[in-house]
Amino acid sequence: MRLHHRAGALLVAVLAALAGCTGGGSDGAGAGGPSAGTARSSGEAGGELVVLAAASLSEVVEELAAAVEAAHPSVEVTLSFGGSADLVAQVLAGAPADVLMTADETTMTRAEDDGAVTAPVVVAENSPVLVVPTGNPAGVTGLDDLDGAALVVCAPLVPCGTAAAELARRNGVTLAPVSEESAVTDVLGKVTSGQADAGVVYATDARRAGGAVDVVDVPGSTDVLNRYPAAAVIGGDAELAALWLDAVTGEPGRTVLADAGFTLP
Amino acid sequence: MPAAVAATLVALPVLGMLARVPWDRLPGLLTTDSALAALGLSLRTSVAATAIVVVLGAPLALVLARTRLPGLRVVRTLVLLPLVLPPVVSGLALLATLGRRGLLGARLEALGVDIAFSTAAVVLAQAFVSLPFLVLSLEGAVRTAGGRYEQVAATLGARPTTVLRRVSLPLLLPALGSGTALAFARSLGEFGATLTFAGSLEGVTRTLPLEIYLQRETDPEAALALSVLLVAVAVVVVLATHRTRR
Repeated sequence: MRLHHRAGALLVAVLAALAGCTGGGSDGAGAGGPSAGTARSSGEAGGELVVLAAASLSEVVEELAAAVEAAHPSVEVTLSFGGSADLVAQVLAGAPADVLMTADETTMTRAEDDGAVTAPVVVAENSPVLVVPTGNPAGVTGLDDLDGAALVVCAPLVPCGTAAAELARRNGVTLAPVSEESAVTDVLGKVTSGQADAGVVYATDARRAGGAVDVVDVPGSTDVLNRYPAAAVIGGDAELAALWLDAVTGEPGRTVLADAGFTLP
Repeated sequence: MPAAVAATLVALPVLGMLARVPWDRLPGLLTTDSALAALGLSLRTSVAATAIVVVLGAPLALVLARTRLPGLRVVRTLVLLPLVLPPVVSGLALLATLGRRGLLGARLEALGVDIAFSTAAVVLAQAFVSLPFLVLSLEGAVRTAGGRYEQVAATLGARPTTVLRRVSLPLLLPALGSGTALAFARSLGEFGATLTFAGSLEGVTRTLPLEIYLQRETDPEAALALSVLLVAVAVVVVLATHRTRR
């Protein structure tokens, strides 16, 4: 944990240096400039802080935005949610933003390799869980006891699908899903509607579904981790980005993330 | 001037997409197992959905255009509804009706008919959203063309079957052709209702639009290549429509 605080502090320093650079000559990295003012001399940060976040972080990020605005009255947080791949595509296309938060490291790496973001930090982790409709009508007792039950998972190409495949591998079973969805929300929807007898979603999704699903314990579930990185967008306001990243990695971020069912790195 | 802007509004994004397509990788991207499975499934389901739409939609269009039954306006409004509904809403409607816990789905399942996650679900979703295209084209044609010629033929002594075969059908054929082509193109492009109602499994329910959506997560270039394929098929269909109209 200590290490991470230090990493956070280091990041702030790096970002502050970057802010100096862009304030001076603007190196032109990344595309399209941000709408908020870029050159701000010193003291209390202010202006519009634009955060692009993965849809699965929506509730957490909304709470966090309220906390940041309360602590910094001159800052107005603007949020935009979407699939991680969509958000990265938007940033690469020059969408004005200060912070990018994705649901997996692969998509963030794509943005980093393109020079669109700088120094991503992992702020939260999520684990796959097996969920069934409330009451477990098909009597599913585990990943190895699914015969006949309609299982829905994410496709292997998307992060929640990779997590499901890894969970199956650790349990020595081969999954035979009736559908491979492209978003975890679609998997959850098919379970809550009773269309599917079981599904693999994230721990946070199961918590968000409230009473609509039951979680069936699968060995090794908490060992499979999907990491959520956050990074400052190059071309955005580095000072505001640092403010946000500080809030996520410190308090109140940790409390809000833990409350939503995320594990903390 | 507005006409030019309108044409540009449609043409420009398509050109923009073509400019981004990795043409050198195209043959490879279009012949992967997943791409071929998705294309094959899309073509099969769209043909099946179009057949259902023609068989059921043509009589409906005739009834709507020619009869004066009470409540016909309500029926017409309902039939046209999928045209304006967001596809996800269409999918939810199908789910609530034919899903495993749906109005009819539960009973069908008791009879051993399980539509959930099957290719049949894809065809149903496609038929649901494309039916209005056929009904709309055909109903309009039946209203504008026909009546007088048919009366003349009848007064000249032609029997009803002869009128239908020699006068009505030839007059309606172009509209039937374009309506069918539109319904086919709409089926081919169906996405939201399929994803919501049928799911997404390679070779079973993952049609070309679903494959594009999935590929975009990891390989945007592959998604673009498949998009070009879909656009090409759509263009061919539209061209074919214009030929039948002439």
